[in-house]
Amino acid sequence: MDFSTPEHAGPPGPSAGSGGRRAAGRGVAGRLPWMLVLPAVAGLVFLVLPLAGLLIRAPWPTLLERLAEPHVLEALRLSLACATVATACCLLLGVPLAWLLARVEFPGRRLVRALVTVPLVLPPVVGGVALLLVLGRRGLVGQWLESSFGVTLPFTTAGVIVAEAFVAMPFLVISVEGALRGADQRFEEAAATLGASRWTVFRRVTLPMVMPGVVAGAVLCWARALGEFGATITFAGNFPGTTRTMPLAVYLALETEPEAAIVLSLVLLAVSVIILASLRDRWVSAA
Amino acid sequence: MSLDARLVVTRAAFTLDLDLHVAAGEVVALLGPNGAGKTTALRALAGLTGLSEGEIVLDGRPLHTLAAEQRPIGMVFQDYLLFPHLSALDNVAFGPRCQGVPKAEARRAAAALLERVGLADRAAARPRELSGGQAQRVALARALAVRPELLLLDEPLAALDAHTRLEIRSQLRRHLADFDGATVLVTHDPLDAMVLADRLIVIEGGTIVQQGTPAEVARRPRTDYVARLVGLNLYRGVADGALVKVGEWPLHTSENLEGPAFVAFPPAAVALYRSRPDGSPRNLWQARIGGIERHGDNVRVHLDGPVTAFADITPAAVADLDLTPGQRIWASVKATETHAYPA
Repeated sequence: MDFSTPEHAGPPGPSAGSGGRRAAGRGVAGRLPWMLVLPAVAGLVFLVLPLAGLLIRAPWPTLLERLAEPHVLEALRLSLACATVATACCLLLGVPLAWLLARVEFPGRRLVRALVTVPLVLPPVVGGVALLLVLGRRGLVGQWLESSFGVTLPFTTAGVIVAEAFVAMPFLVISVEGALRGADQRFEEAAATLGASRWTVFRRVTLPMVMPGVVAGAVLCWARALGEFGATITFAGNFPGTTRTMPLAVYLALETEPEAAIVLSLVLLAVSVIILASLRDRWVSAA
Repeated sequence: MSLDARLVVTRAAFTLDLDLHVAAGEVVALLGPNGAGKTTALRALAGLTGLSEGEIVLDGRPLHTLAAEQRPIGMVFQDYLLFPHLSALDNVAFGPRCQGVPKAEARRAAAALLERVGLADRAAARPRELSGGQAQRVALARALAVRPELLLLDEPLAALDAHTRLEIRSQLRRHLADFDGATVLVTHDPLDAMVLADRLIVIEGGTIVQQGTPAEVARRPRTDYVARLVGLNLYRGVADGALVKVGEWPLHTSENLEGPAFVAFPPAAVALYRSRPDGSPRNLWQARIGGIERHGDNVRVHLDGPVTAFADITPAAVADLDLTPGQRIWASVKATETHAYPA
């Protein structure tokens, strides 16, 4: 990580003792405006304090014991598996969709782009209801799925994956589309003059060049899927072992044994932090 | 593998319309100012820009009906566009791989090409680790790797510094001489064009204004742009024997011509005097100094007056004559230093 401090960045001066003031006035000369600094600090506290509370109130002595409980491990395993499969589905469908939006001119492209981002702002519960209406047993597509293939999605593990993918895919599409728009298309032209078909160009030139954007998008997508609650509980229900993911377990535990809820929350927090920290330097910050 | 093309590309504020014929083994340079349509012409040949009208025929086969990836072309881009995620070797092997050559064989061919351009030891390097000159050579090797019948070069030396440019220019000339297909080269640098090309085509405003061998173009410019490029003063007038009237200004030349004619002379042929000089069988006129600037080892003086002209004189002469902008001065050119030719 790169923590270059102002003291190190600046030339060594005689006023080394009052380094604080020099550091503060590095960009624009003058004192920092408290109108900005005060809300900034308040905002930071607001974001960090709840997480700190989680750490302070955690039942540290019994932590490992509680973590090893079968229903915790079960929920964790289910969460990780569903989020990963959902992310894979999003990659499979979302990257081509992003490519379409970024590279192909077609009528109504702006409308399609707006539609893609709807799940981003839609309350997840509404998303769950919508999924039920379409993919539920009596739903438009669900009916047909069941009669033709004997496939039922609601209240199954597959349903969890569908709900998570629905909510998380816009994160991937937006990130990949941004990367595609930022990528220099002349490399694709160069590949075409070398005889590469459009598919080869995508596979061997475009995709490797936007890979940081794809990874960043996949991480965001995975994190969003991991934390998905509203659409999951609406569409897939809350059955231990099949659809009860970590966020659902946290919510349930909060009513019965709050300490378990804290432990489960800590696990989710730890997973998020580990993922962000491990990917930050290599991918996320590059995008 | 000769190229016969008529390229018409219509844009909102611009129309490119040119006939292009390149023999097998010939190198033709498209020379022109920015925005003249050189790069558009090259992109049209490559299939990256669609033709509004016209045709591209290579060796009797139509090319304009094919997509870019199906055309038997190799292209070197101005900033090379080497794929940043591939090594130099894999960049060169990219084309053959797209043509279905097995990986091992494509890499062998690529290694041989890199060796030919003197970069065998840089095969594993990523493009960002290559110097400008090395990247240029990899780009050339990559374009040649597809065994093109038509080689297209877009400002191949523009991104290089002066020293590297000299070296790469002579290497490129050698490689182009070895290439047996047709080559079209786009440049705005007259020296690149003169050294690399067998024939120059000068484009201005989307149309051809002059073409010929480098020597012809350099000796007999036909537009102000070309004259500036080759460093000549150029005037268009009407000849009557050894006298060419440029507007009302009579210019004595050494050649006998009739009708519309060009007269050209180098700036170094212009002599400047503070007072009217003696002796008369030469062109003498009174001019006003419009500007003075350094030009190589000499000083270039911009002259306004009955005609505008450039004069190149030594710094010592500037001091002797005590020249300042706005000053009035006498200028002369010997008839024997001018060159007149039909317009």
